[in-house]
Amino acid sequence: MRVCVVGCGAVGSLFAANLATLEDVEVWAFDVSREHVDAINRDGLRLTGAGDVVGRPHATSDAAELPACDFGIVATKAMHTEPAIRAVAAAFADGCVATVQNGLGNEEAIARHVERVIRGTTFPAGKVTAPGVVQWDVKGETTLGPFEERPAPAERIAELADACTRAGMPASAVADARGPQWRKVIFNAATNPLGALTGLTHGRICERLDLRRLASTLVDEGRAVAEAQGIVLDADPEELIDYAARPDVAYDHKASMLQDVEAHRSTEVDYLNGGIVGFGRRLGVPTPAHEAIWALVKGMEAAWAQ
Amino acid sequence: MKSICVAGAGVIGSLFAGHLAQVAELSVLVRRPEHARALSEHGLRVSGRSKLAARVTAATDPEELPEPELVIVACKSTDLDRLAARLEHHWPDAIVMTVQNGLGADEVIARHGDWRLLASVTFMSGTRHDDTHVEYVLDTATWIGPARGTTRADAEAVALLIRSSGLQAEAFDDLRPAQWSKLVFNATVNTVAALTGLPHDARFAAVEAPTDLGHLVRALMEEGKAVAAATGVALREDPWEMNVLATQRGSAHYPSMFEDIKAGRATEVDMITGSLVRAARDAGVAVPLHETMYRLVKAKEAARR
Repeated sequence: MRVCVVGCGAVGSLFAANLATLEDVEVWAFDVSREHVDAINRDGLRLTGAGDVVGRPHATSDAAELPACDFGIVATKAMHTEPAIRAVAAAFADGCVATVQNGLGNEEAIARHVERVIRGTTFPAGKVTAPGVVQWDVKGETTLGPFEERPAPAERIAELADACTRAGMPASAVADARGPQWRKVIFNAATNPLGALTGLTHGRICERLDLRRLASTLVDEGRAVAEAQGIVLDADPEELIDYAARPDVAYDHKASMLQDVEAHRSTEVDYLNGGIVGFGRRLGVPTPAHEAIWALVKGMEAAWAQ
Repeated sequence: MKSICVAGAGVIGSLFAGHLAQVAELSVLVRRPEHARALSEHGLRVSGRSKLAARVTAATDPEELPEPELVIVACKSTDLDRLAARLEHHWPDAIVMTVQNGLGADEVIARHGDWRLLASVTFMSGTRHDDTHVEYVLDTATWIGPARGTTRADAEAVALLIRSSGLQAEAFDDLRPAQWSKLVFNATVNTVAALTGLPHDARFAAVEAPTDLGHLVRALMEEGKAVAAATGVALREDPWEMNVLATQRGSAHYPSMFEDIKAGRATEVDMITGSLVRAARDAGVAVPLHETMYRLVKAKEAARR
């Protein structure tokens, strides 16, 4: 089996390095960072923290170098999905492409360029600490299922899930992957922008009862949009919020959106709160709190762009 | 009125003091001794729309100042209670005028003494360059209305005096329509600026694209207008029109709440958005967006300290 990880940041690296330890899987890592690519080809891709792994994927920044692949795993930030998949689509002419990204709309973007698409959600997290080195912060499950409009065949999805699981990234193949995806989107949309707007870590957000209630308002709006589509959340996002606030989990964690704001990078808010608002509008479900939060974060982005 | 004391010499206090010193005996009550010394030694300079030099008597203790007929309390609302406490047992015959943002400044003063009170809101703005130099930027008016123990005539007298000093002022029978217009405007514009880091500019009135900020600004103002209506206040000006007009001038204004957040200071959000949320509760009107802004600004304050 040949797999190409598209976007080899923290999450992409977790997949690439772990899968590269399997003898029956050939892994390619496609990333725009030359430094990262060179380091991987020279020293391998090293994971530290939750697991110590050195994988040796073939890394490249040149899409023309990619051979035909059985599977793609897209792990870029959501705003880079479109250009990334456009660049590498030829490698997946006969393959299936999974997204393990945050937010809503990635499957649609991928499906504009490839035939067989896998809707995925992943909970493991980490950060790139140096070229070729990724700190693995949190282990977690990955769920893979068909993207309804351009589905990958169930047996292929099961094949990819099996490979991930054998590689130490537990994954399950399901018929409807929307439940876990919406749980994670709702969790992220209800907490990340609150960190981004206030500068508080996840734990400190949850300690302020009025902010915690605001997170619940955002959860409720998101849940209503999911329910209007007949999506059954696989678990309560509220539980995930409280779990993550524990000192031994993510109390001190600065949401990626806060990290983006501090670095003056554009955020994923369009694919989180913006995604929920978009679905809400199409379905006639009001989402006033998400609209307000979306507008405020876009305002922040505009403030440092000027 | 021959003798006036301005209590609190930030931008607004300094603008009042620099102008009114031209037409009355003027004293300034400040918090820092070095500020009092600088004012007494060098006087106060106004640049910008007015070019004035003013001689003033300044002190940190009311005991050291001549007894005024009018006290203009011009500190920020966050300092109001402390400042009013320092005025206790002084100058019982004076009229005390508040100029703070939000609602209820006169009630805070009333807890500390039996003075007759005037309420006002001011739209003038400036930039404070140092302890003795303030620049007069926007020459918009101060609106004055009666509060405890005063009448329209008292408000007129003070408005006349302020106008004679070169500033704009107008008196009203009832200040609330003007005060509420400014409240709804500030509760919206100041919190949006504080949270986004944007100056108040044309983006606050933009409603073309779905993510344009004007949608949120307008929704916040609609909530505020509903509270005013339920409270029985007919707004003097439509806050959305005030917003459009202000941003059409092409200038980019950084509201004080933005500056406070940036500097890690306490903001006036309790007095501004807090007043509106409390009034909404009393009137039984839901203001979920203002509650959201309030929570986010309070949390941002906490994160910066």
